[in-house]
Amino acid sequence: MNVLGAWKPVSRGLGLALALGAGVALAGAGTAFAASKTSVTLGMAIEPAGLDPTIAAPVAIGQVTWQNIFEGLTTIDKAGKVQPQLAESWKISEDGKTYTFKLRQGVTFHNGVAFDSSVGKYTIERARGADSVNPQKRYFASIDSVETPDAATLVLKLKQPAGSLLYWLGWPASSMVEPKSAADNKVTPVGTGPFKFVSWAKGSKVDLARNADYWNKSAPVKLETASFRFIADAQAQAAALKAGDVDAFPEFGAPELMESFKDDQKLATVIGNTELKVVAGMNNGRKPFNDKRVRQALMMAVDRETVVEGAWSGFGTPIGSHYTPNDRGYKDLTGTYAYDTEKAKALLAEAGYPNGLTFTIKAPQMAYAQRTSQILQALFAEIGVTMNIETTEFPAKWVADVLKAADYDMTIIAHAEPMDIDIYGRDPYYFNYKNPVFNDILKKVEATSDPAEQDKLYGEAQTMLANDVPALFLFVMPKLGVWDKKLKGLWENEPIPSNVLTEVHWEE
Amino acid sequence: MMAILIRRILSLVVTLLVVSLLIFTVMDLLPGDPAAIMLGTSASPETLAALQHQLGLDQPLPVRYLAWLVGVLRGDLGQSYTYGVPVAGLIVERLAVTLPLALMAVVLSVLIAVPLGVQAARRHNGLFDVVAGMFSYVSIAVPAFWGGLLLIILFSTMLGWMPAGGFPGWEAGLLPALKSLVLPAVALALPQAGVLTRVARAAVLDVMNEDFVRTARAKGLSERIAVWRHAVPNALIPVVTMLGLQFTFLIAGAVLVENVFNLPGLGRLAYQALAQRDIIVMQDVVLFFSALVILMNFIVDLAYLAIDPRLRAGAQ
Repeated sequence: MNVLGAWKPVSRGLGLALALGAGVALAGAGTAFAASKTSVTLGMAIEPAGLDPTIAAPVAIGQVTWQNIFEGLTTIDKAGKVQPQLAESWKISEDGKTYTFKLRQGVTFHNGVAFDSSVGKYTIERARGADSVNPQKRYFASIDSVETPDAATLVLKLKQPAGSLLYWLGWPASSMVEPKSAADNKVTPVGTGPFKFVSWAKGSKVDLARNADYWNKSAPVKLETASFRFIADAQAQAAALKAGDVDAFPEFGAPELMESFKDDQKLATVIGNTELKVVAGMNNGRKPFNDKRVRQALMMAVDRETVVEGAWSGFGTPIGSHYTPNDRGYKDLTGTYAYDTEKAKALLAEAGYPNGLTFTIKAPQMAYAQRTSQILQALFAEIGVTMNIETTEFPAKWVADVLKAADYDMTIIAHAEPMDIDIYGRDPYYFNYKNPVFNDILKKVEATSDPAEQDKLYGEAQTMLANDVPALFLFVMPKLGVWDKKLKGLWENEPIPSNVLTEVHWEE
Repeated sequence: MMAILIRRILSLVVTLLVVSLLIFTVMDLLPGDPAAIMLGTSASPETLAALQHQLGLDQPLPVRYLAWLVGVLRGDLGQSYTYGVPVAGLIVERLAVTLPLALMAVVLSVLIAVPLGVQAARRHNGLFDVVAGMFSYVSIAVPAFWGGLLLIILFSTMLGWMPAGGFPGWEAGLLPALKSLVLPAVALALPQAGVLTRVARAAVLDVMNEDFVRTARAKGLSERIAVWRHAVPNALIPVVTMLGLQFTFLIAGAVLVENVFNLPGLGRLAYQALAQRDIIVMQDVVLFFSALVILMNFIVDLAYLAIDPRLRAGAQ
């Protein structure tokens, strides 16, 4: 208590200084904590579109706000595991249809409003309501009613069991928001997290400051201020790192420039993994891709090592299904249709294309998509298949033409959402996969709350996709982290797109 | 004089109206739905419809156009889809970067080009003329964004004299803010200076062969005074015309240079809005650019009147 008492006036003063101007605040930080630095500047390639993760999909929103400003009933830790957060504990009924959450008490939002079951109910009703624009609204579809027997208890009654519910509740899109501030969260986010929103210089940066009243007193929050700076151009990102303008680029955008940091005494490069699965989706409803053998043959024409080497400078992990090595119940299926041009040609002939075939890939403008397409083009040529590359603009045109209209032969995109193997069960969805057996496996995953059983079922789902090849499964993007060697506590891996600042600190 | 002014202003308003209709129609034809982009890959059709309704995108085109136009006339440019704040505020914020940047670049390019062009004309076909010619060709040929990258490598990465990019904001003080604009201004100014040098040289050469310059020389004025006092003022019309044109080029060029230097200017706002299909921001920014171009031409016309007494006489 003593320690906290000593901290409070200092950080209050800091908050005031920040309101007056960044320069003053930094000077204050410098004198008050001469011993170690308590501010950090993180670089991000993409500026978020608004700061409310519950009303828009771009991952950049969560990368600024999730776990820093906003928290959920549950959370996802750096190993990708579900942990309690604003819900201290929960009980699941025998039939898996009633979830009773015991809520943490003494939690307040940054505007002073207390967190209780009415806030929880409000958040969930807002996300599943008729006019909800929550990007993950379907996650709340299984909820039948929300009850609040008392201020510290929240009960979710489900229509059918939803085995992934606790995981989904940890997502940025499930962040707890309170009624008074919800409408303005897009511009001035108010959450329960260890950092408060300070300011957003549009096009440039977002500033956060420590929340002195943070409920979790055991959290090792060391930073007083944090700043996210948005730098789109890869060369400019590298220049900013080398000049010390930013302390860290947790997701550096250009693998070919990683080598240039090797000689820098000040910077560390940290290669971690992400959930970004690069897959070349095929239109399973369109000839010739409606023939499984064609898809399998194309898969066998792909040497994943070559793809990773050529497209992403050798960073990245080959995958054999729509699943990453981080995900629970992962199976290495890269051997299912391993690289074998002879077998590929034979299978193609069997499918009725002894002289090869011609089609077009709609490739977005991003470097990874363009480069991978070019390598695929060369690999396919080896088995007599001609692939034309048509560049399409992401997101606008790609979303309209491929995702919504499914007007394409083949495309390529990195799927960012963790544990999204269920996209192959969606209808309509751009793959046009439509496999009832696969959908049954997905249903069984939701019907059980036994983790071991779920892992086994996820294994079956992975195997089925690896055999059916609705998309060419290529590689998982690495998380190319570049940061100051003295900066510690950033997540090395990214089980969910985020920049969690709770443990970030400077080492003396 | 007054009649001319009124006619000019009227045509200005009509042009702007036509331009606004054009902008709106073109933006509407652009493929891509802002709501679908905001909601990403997992949204259901009903969620999409809810957001479209919220943004007013489900209204028919004429209704949306009129609503926009009426708003603009009342000074309400609408709300950005992505940022969720009024667009007018965004534009003003960004102008605080782009306007000083463009002004710095104009001043720089004039300071480089006019002396260079005049001197090249005086030493017509001499060594100085050849060197100045080479300067203009090279600076025209090098795109501003690439020149900007070279400047970053030299002055930021290698020498460490200048920030590599970004903008600290005017609240961080005049000096740091100006410092972060120097390299981008140079990158923007160089190609313009190249063009301007050629124009200034040609204009001065033209005028130098005129009778009044010869008379001035015959009266016994030194060559330097004859050129600077008699030839240069008369050669200004093409130079000013070029400057007017260039200012609009500078604003457009700022899109690329602002991206390279990571400056939160109007150009980058337009670029980001395009990628996100933040259509309302694009409409407003393009309308603003168009208004700026139209206004610039108007000012150039007025400047002719000021520079050339003959035009004024003709007007009366």
